[in-house]
Amino acid sequence: MSVAKPLPHDSAPLHVTGQARYIDDIPTPAGTLHLAFGLSTVARGTIIGVDLSAVRAATGVVAVLTAADLPFANDVSPSNHDEPLLATGTVHYIGQPIFCVVATSHLSARKAARLGKIDYAEETPILTIEAALAANSRFEDGPRIWSKGDVDAALTRAPHRLQGRIEMGGQEHFYLEGQAALALPQEGGDMIVHSSTQHPTEIQHKVAEALGLPMNAVRCEVRRMGGGFGGKESQGNALAVACAVAARLTGKPCKMRYDRDDDMIITGKRHDFRIDYDVGYDDRGRVQGIEFTQYTRCGWAMDLSLPVADRAMLHADNAYLLPHARITSHRLKTNTQSATAYRGFGGPQGVLGVERVMDHVAHALGLDPVQVRQVNYYRAAEGGLSAPHRPAASPPEDISGTKAGQDGQDMTSRGAAGGGQRISSGTGGARRFGAEHSPQAEDYGPNTTPYGMEVTDFALHAMTDRLLASCDYAARRAAIAEWNAANPILKRGIGFSPVKFGISFTLTHLNQAGALVHVYQDGSIHLNHGGTEMGQGLFQKVAQVAASRFGVDVSAVKITATDTGKVPNTSATAASSGSDLNGMAVQAACDTIRDRMAACLADLAQTTPDKVRFAEGRVHVGAEVLSFAEAAARVYVNRVSLSATGFYKTPDLSWDRIRGQGRPFYYFAHGAAVTEVVIDTLTGENRILRTDILHDAGASLNPALDIGQVEGGYVQGAGWLTTEELVWDDKGRLRTHAPSTYKIPAVSDRPPVFNVALWDQANPAATVYRSKAVGEPPFMLGISALLALSDAVAACGPAYPALDAPATPERILTAVQKVRG
Amino acid sequence: MKTKDISVIVNGEEVRASVPVRRNLVDFLRTDAGLTGSHVGCEHGVCGACTVEVNGATVRGCLMLAVQADGATVTTVEGFAASGRSAALAAAFTRRNALQCGFCTPGMLASALGYIDRGGTADRAAIREHISGNYCRCTGYQSIVEAICDVIEERTAP
Ligand code: FES
Ligand code: FES
Repeated sequence: MSVAKPLPHDSAPLHVTGQARYIDDIPTPAGTLHLAFGLSTVARGTIIGVDLSAVRAATGVVAVLTAADLPFANDVSPSNHDEPLLATGTVHYIGQPIFCVVATSHLSARKAARLGKIDYAEETPILTIEAALAANSRFEDGPRIWSKGDVDAALTRAPHRLQGRIEMGGQEHFYLEGQAALALPQEGGDMIVHSSTQHPTEIQHKVAEALGLPMNAVRCEVRRMGGGFGGKESQGNALAVACAVAARLTGKPCKMRYDRDDDMIITGKRHDFRIDYDVGYDDRGRVQGIEFTQYTRCGWAMDLSLPVADRAMLHADNAYLLPHARITSHRLKTNTQSATAYRGFGGPQGVLGVERVMDHVAHALGLDPVQVRQVNYYRAAEGGLSAPHRPAASPPEDISGTKAGQDGQDMTSRGAAGGGQRISSGTGGARRFGAEHSPQAEDYGPNTTPYGMEVTDFALHAMTDRLLASCDYAARRAAIAEWNAANPILKRGIGFSPVKFGISFTLTHLNQAGALVHVYQDGSIHLNHGGTEMGQGLFQKVAQVAASRFGVDVSAVKITATDTGKVPNTSATAASSGSDLNGMAVQAACDTIRDRMAACLADLAQTTPDKVRFAEGRVHVGAEVLSFAEAAARVYVNRVSLSATGFYKTPDLSWDRIRGQGRPFYYFAHGAAVTEVVIDTLTGENRILRTDILHDAGASLNPALDIGQVEGGYVQGAGWLTTEELVWDDKGRLRTHAPSTYKIPAVSDRPPVFNVALWDQANPAATVYRSKAVGEPPFMLGISALLALSDAVAACGPAYPALDAPATPERILTAVQKVRG
Repeated sequence: MKTKDISVIVNGEEVRASVPVRRNLVDFLRTDAGLTGSHVGCEHGVCGACTVEVNGATVRGCLMLAVQADGATVTTVEGFAASGRSAALAAAFTRRNALQCGFCTPGMLASALGYIDRGGTADRAAIREHISGNYCRCTGYQSIVEAICDVIEERTAP
């Protein structure tokens, strides 16, 4: 069976020979035109004059489009209809597209785009959290507040109490392949769009709207992306729509790719956050009550900011049972790029908030931070799979989704149906955990999250024990203390961080997927589903599922490009859900075909379908053995369909985002990391020395690919918190808009000792082959690097470092000086 | 737009073209020579996705003009693959899962070959130093360093 085998990435042979095609590599018909945007140079204001004569006169320019030239919808927003493709009178950030140049080459389009003369009546931009709060500039009418228990009483009663604040920066995706799209006009006004996107259905939808066509006239295809990380969930809309509109107007194929500077200036990034905390705890560091206030700069348009901020709230507990908790979230509207999806989708920011609290409490009590975490953990799962069913909390269906759909909203966007939507899928099959038997049960109440979801599958107690033992934590911590006592200049630090990450889209109806599978008469298999490949290995994992269902080698399965014409109404490949959802849909499609084959072959052999077995490329029909190809041919000749669709929807979900109550997640994925660092107290420079990770991928569909996700996720997470700094000036100009000023981890930044292992327990939830989602959760393990840096700084003096992120050398140096007092 | 006629030996074959004098080498390879294996990630010399070999030296295709390559011998990922020079490395990258989205891979292979073919040793610190100009946003680099090490160890094994 090919599932669980560490097979290489399906595109590896193409990548190592340079044959893999990205959007910019697709051969284009003669006469293809190229696009570039002219961008706003002020962060907030009204356009009072536009002179594009120099642009129109420039070499190679075929057409120049402004908002007035757009034939239908001027909107590329995934949710709120607040993001015009081209500005309409007002501008809201530096980098906002105002006009679009169509030219005979990429370079001439870009050069001409610089020649536009725009006059603005400038207004004072809202750039900071303070400014946004002062102006009450926000999305939604006020802050979202969720709470559990009696927080104020718990805070007052607690033996100890402290307050603090952490600031954490945003993050540029820096997918190595920038945003790109290619539109090919077809007969009768139809349009084919190739887009580097995680969300082909949204591209199809936005293009259809912009062309005034039904969705069936537009087809979006994506074979692969050169990295996505969330940055290609909604940010590719503008390019695809611009290309389609220009292709319609000129009748020529149109292509657009952002060069790196434009990409960084125009597109949204990870949300930066400020989190204030107030915590009451006992002598062991056990949290009694806690209050978080999260502030995030969402940028100028809503995009996916509401669900991002929700997910930050949903992860404010991370791995800890908080008996009394209140989480307040301010979603602030600022004149900056519209912050968007990025691996973890707000989860990392929420997790970092509570990890900071654990670190701060441990420092205040002089305890080992790992111990403080362990006493605060959720209680471990008990009882396993046989436990009783529990009904879901909310009514099963709500029609508000239908209504939103009629407004022309993209229902497949995570930003859809911004308020009040309640959709449930099925009733609960959740396993109960054994709170009654737990010693802490009376003290800290039920094992529920601040949003009322029972935690039934918590794996971190055992994982932590194993990781601490395998990385020799206790001895190394002692050795580091000794080393620090002897070394005045260089200081070492060690940090531990766990992650418990909720798996499912929080917009419940997105938890569905479709697949299309064909078996041809020669026994070869054609596989298609709604997931997109951005390097994560989704296609290979799903192909392994298909091969396993038919009992053939994975080489018999042809993986094909995601195509809205084959599988419709897909959700974005996001929320780590790719293999969970699409794997199940493909399994269903394969099983339909396999059952038809079995019935047909059994009938011919006058036996029953249960006597038909598919294994090792053969089909056993009673005593007879056929090759899979012979079996397929025989079934075909007997006029049985060898093509099927498959569909899956995640069960047991029920979520009310306004009240902050329910069961938004099907299960949790876990991980734990220990990082050791060294800092130079004279310069603030620092190095990661060693990292050990134990990560929970359930019964992995492909351990090699999953370990790749863990390693890559950790390094990207550590980059977010160390070297990757976004700087805007006081005019709202992003000053770090190229890799010369924005530093992602290079090979020299990765830990020289890097031990990664997978936890060996199957998922208690009934996922595809009991695997777990793995795209986002390991990202948060990078938090251990920040905690290690904080530990090293703490070795310099008595005060708490309160290190903000990213912990650049400047910040580390400042913190060192601060702790020395 | 000023143009100049150039002739470049690309992967063993002569490519003649009249190119704008400002066109960089990687654009020449991608558009005039039709070889899209070399990628463009940043276009100012930081990411390494455009790395190719010019007259035996490892070069960033976005920092060299096509006219500067007039008369030169250029090898891209397609050439390394066709000649078999990258076979061991390609196998190791595949086996080690040293690629995910693959966008960095052609440049990474070119840099790694430059190291290996100049007698680089299986010293992980030296390998890291050598490829520190090639960004990969996906893998976390661990598998890339191991893959390069594998190839050197295979070569030097008795
Ligand atoms: S494209 Fe040449 S170094 Fe990035
Ligand atoms: S594999 Fe994606 S950048 Fe390296």
